Amino acid sequence: MQAKIITFAVRFCATAATVLSPSSTLAQGPQKIPSTLAPASTSAKQIFDLSLFVISITGGIFLVVGGLLAIALFRFRARKSDSSVEPAQVYGSPQIELAWTVIPILIVVVLFLTTARIVFTIQDAPKPRSALDVTVIGHQFWWEFRYPKYGVVTANELHIPLSSKMAPRPTFLKLTSADVNHSFWIPQLGGKTDLIANHTNTMWLDANTPGVYLGQCAQFCGVQHAMMLLRVYVDTPDQFDAWIKNQQQPGRQEPSVTAGKRIFETQACINCHTVAGTAGTGHFGPDLTHLMSRATLASGAIDNTPQNLRQWLKSPDTFKRGALMPAMQLNDEQLDQLTAYLETLK
Amino acid sequence: MSSSPVHTPSPNVEWRLPNKGRVGMLSLIAGESAIFTIFVVAYIFYLGKSATGPRPADVLEAPIAGTICLLSSSLTIWRAEQAIDKDQMGSFTAWLGATIALAIMFLFGTATEWNKLIYHDGLTISTNLFGTTFYSLVGLHATHVVIGLGLLGCVFLFSLFGQVNSRQSERFGAVALYWHFVDAVWVVVFSVVYLIGR
Amino acid sequence: MSDYPFPRLDVLEPVASDGSEGTLLEKLHGWLVTVDHKRLGILYILYSTFFLLVGGAEALFIRIQLAFPRNHFLSAQVYNRFFTMHGTTMVFLVGMPFLFGFANYIVPLQIGARDMAFPRLNAFSFWLTAFGGLLLYYSFLGGGGLYGVGNAPDVGWFAYAPLTARSFSPGHATDYWALALIVGGFGTLGTAINIIATIISMRCKGMTFMRMPLFTWLLLVVSMLTLVTITPLTAAQFMLLIDRYLGGHFFDTQAGGSSLIWIHFFWIFGHPEVYVLVLPAFAIANEIIPVFSRKAIFGYPAMVAASVCIMFVSLGVWAHHMFTVGLSSVSTAFFTLSTMLVGVPTGIKIFNWIATLWGGRIRFATPMLFCIGFLFQFLLAGLTGIMLSVSPWDWQLHNSYFVIAHFHYVLVGAVVFCIFAAIYFWYPKATGRLMNESLGKWHFWLFVIGFHITFDTMHFLGLLGMPRSIYTYQPDRGWNLLNLVVSMGGMVQGIAVLIFVFNFVTSLSWGETAGPDPWDAWTLEWTISSPPPIYNFDKLPEVHSRRPLWDLKHPEDPDWEHES
Repeated sequence: MQAKIITFAVRFCATAATVLSPSSTLAQGPQKIPSTLAPASTSAKQIFDLSLFVISITGGIFLVVGGLLAIALFRFRARKSDSSVEPAQVYGSPQIELAWTVIPILIVVVLFLTTARIVFTIQDAPKPRSALDVTVIGHQFWWEFRYPKYGVVTANELHIPLSSKMAPRPTFLKLTSADVNHSFWIPQLGGKTDLIANHTNTMWLDANTPGVYLGQCAQFCGVQHAMMLLRVYVDTPDQFDAWIKNQQQPGRQEPSVTAGKRIFETQACINCHTVAGTAGTGHFGPDLTHLMSRATLASGAIDNTPQNLRQWLKSPDTFKRGALMPAMQLNDEQLDQLTAYLETLK
Repeated sequence: MSSSPVHTPSPNVEWRLPNKGRVGMLSLIAGESAIFTIFVVAYIFYLGKSATGPRPADVLEAPIAGTICLLSSSLTIWRAEQAIDKDQMGSFTAWLGATIALAIMFLFGTATEWNKLIYHDGLTISTNLFGTTFYSLVGLHATHVVIGLGLLGCVFLFSLFGQVNSRQSERFGAVALYWHFVDAVWVVVFSVVYLIGR
Repeated sequence: MSDYPFPRLDVLEPVASDGSEGTLLEKLHGWLVTVDHKRLGILYILYSTFFLLVGGAEALFIRIQLAFPRNHFLSAQVYNRFFTMHGTTMVFLVGMPFLFGFANYIVPLQIGARDMAFPRLNAFSFWLTAFGGLLLYYSFLGGGGLYGVGNAPDVGWFAYAPLTARSFSPGHATDYWALALIVGGFGTLGTAINIIATIISMRCKGMTFMRMPLFTWLLLVVSMLTLVTITPLTAAQFMLLIDRYLGGHFFDTQAGGSSLIWIHFFWIFGHPEVYVLVLPAFAIANEIIPVFSRKAIFGYPAMVAASVCIMFVSLGVWAHHMFTVGLSSVSTAFFTLSTMLVGVPTGIKIFNWIATLWGGRIRFATPMLFCIGFLFQFLLAGLTGIMLSVSPWDWQLHNSYFVIAHFHYVLVGAVVFCIFAAIYFWYPKATGRLMNESLGKWHFWLFVIGFHITFDTMHFLGLLGMPRSIYTYQPDRGWNLLNLVVSMGGMVQGIAVLIFVFNFVTSLSWGETAGPDPWDAWTLEWTISSPPPIYNFDKLPEVHSRRPLWDLKHPEDPDWEHES
């Protein structure tokens, strides 16, 4: 019951905040709050339940101790009628002091055992054979996702399959970094785990509701850390299979955009970017083979529209100053052609 | 208030407090120990992790002679402490001089060792993890030896001009304490670098 | 030390200590070359107050930028410098100097000594600290390195490697950060050594350890903790400079080096550091709460034991800042337990303070108001700390605005509140004048209201998934209104602090005159004139209990009959 009240109260505040906030030209439709209070996976739910237990204990402590403090301040305030005689000096009481040492220790023991159980449950969860493996590599300021079993490489938007008790299909992530420290955080799907160079971390997600979940890098990684956004699409099995199949195709070769493709292959683009089936095999920047299958560009910073794409190509600094992609000094015609080409990479 | 009873406290015992110079030096030693501990931890953590380059077993030779010199200097400075306590200033100057000489010999040994490592074995601070952690740790210690040498040198000069006597024995005690600390750190560094780590 | 000869006044200071003689230049020179602990204490406090305003301004700029989503008030580059400098300033140039400044002023008076153990080291340490701060801020001007990309440090106050490597942080910004803190760190070390030697070797006759005022006791504990707290940071910063300038590989992941080792070393410093900051707040509360409750502190021996306990346990909890780096489950469980355990002695202190209030006659003067704010806020902060110690929950809350709310609750709600309390309490002693009580109440109420508007709200931003260290945020995440509220609270706090500064400055000339003991208190500093003479005591005192002045005022019921 307590859990329901607290959840309701916080959700109410969050909704009020959302409803009352001013809209912006960059708003992307319905609000999607990356709230730790709306868990959509097993581990996020376990953490949420644990947090309710902890809040009820700490809330109780606050009421008791805070209450005693408030009572003391009220009851023992100096009144004008007090004579100048000092109150009785009480130097201590061994019994009381023992009691308020033992009780907190007992509370700590209870909290610790409850917590430790969840730590082991989540961190040391066994990996079922149906699990999907994804390798996540953090970069300044974008995310690289590799699906080794499928030979798929993509960026910034992670697709994982739905998992349920009847048909468990968790996703096990291996996390590392190509440069500085980052942190993978989708609050609704679980706690965060850091991406550290020369060091592989693992975590798992098993989302139980299809949809898109938002998050972002949670370890300061440099100038555009704030715009290293992240989204996870939890697909139904059919959606996921279709997505994988599409990602496994090489880049589309449409004859109408040959000019743009030539620009891509002769400019320095190919030094950083890969488009499967072309001369582009660079690894410093995101894989662009299926750029148009993504909802956003620049790791979530902007919507994936032709105008935004063109402006990004013209000058990345417009949207994400400090991103490591340089402006390629292309003229208008080149920009139009290149944009047209990239727009075919579905 | 002549009608109220007179309360008297029990008398305070004899009041002796530790010498402030000693306390100050021990506190400094505690802080310095923490700095050395961090460098030792880094050294141990990176053992065997160098991606390239010479390894400890390939190039390190235990500096036995230098170690004997440095540890003996703890004995000589202890004799100097005893001398100043008894106001035997000639003896004090001699023992202090011996301490300084032994310290210089230790530093000379380090210099020879580093000369070999840099020019014959190609190991510098930037070569690999071993080079970085080795020169940092041993160098940090050597820096403390140099500082200690500076302190001892000052006292030695004052002593040569007859300005030191038993009234400064507590102050000299603090300096000696620093010197013993430097020697104790060497025991740790020597064990970690030349015994365990090789 | 009690047979230290009576000092010769004419050689002690070139100018009389009440500043009545000498030209302005001579007076300034007197302050520049002073080795008197009282003057150095005041210099520390003035220095910290200045940087409190600077750091506070940085905070307000940050909050203006974050008041609206996708705001353009500060660019990403400038914002990152501001939040780095705000954190670094508040910890190293405000928190530490304030607390060591009070230690400098009060400790010798409370133990019945004429000065600190090493007056010249005292002055040297202050000027080192001051220089460190100026070096840090010079980076705004002089940090331009290669490509002009250098400037003030912008790597976060925790400066994680390898972001601080030459390749990811070109220019000199990071170097200013490291060097300024190394230099300031030596100043801090010097002061800590001085405080320890003073307390151990210069107590007046009869003042055994268990008769020292709790302020002094806690500063002894803090200074001992400082010795092994600031030094790991100094070591790590040396390693960083070796990497950046001598081609070292301590944190060079390409050569097999480790980012994790920086994180460990930083938090081995960083966690005990927050206890270095909060224990003096306890020290201040330990003096003020009894006086304004008119009762002795409840459970003095337990308070001492709890403080010593905190000192030791705080050295073993650092990895609770690292629950998300990939620790093993066993390590995670260990640090969860140690962190929860450190809450026990801390909680005990809160209970002791409430028991001190209980049965008293509480006067709500400004110093006490701030201490009451401290009590409520520290209770809440401790509880959110327990929440963060629950490691799975921390996997959500780490690096979010929940953490920022928690540590500001401690650092502002406990430490800054107690600093304000201490200033109102000891200002009459140092200046001979009381600060204005009405202005004090305005300051208190505006500050506490602004504080709660900002930091209560901030907890929810963390729960709703907002991470820290971001110069802006997307408008569709539901964080807009909460951020605006947080920012408005900041403005209210700013106004409150300006009222405080006005009060501080004007009371020097127009405050009501204070005698030696305006609050009817019980420790030795209240037995001498306000301000004290340069030599502190005419005759070095001899004590028989924890509250020597209580014994003098209450000869029919002296403390020594109740203390074991």
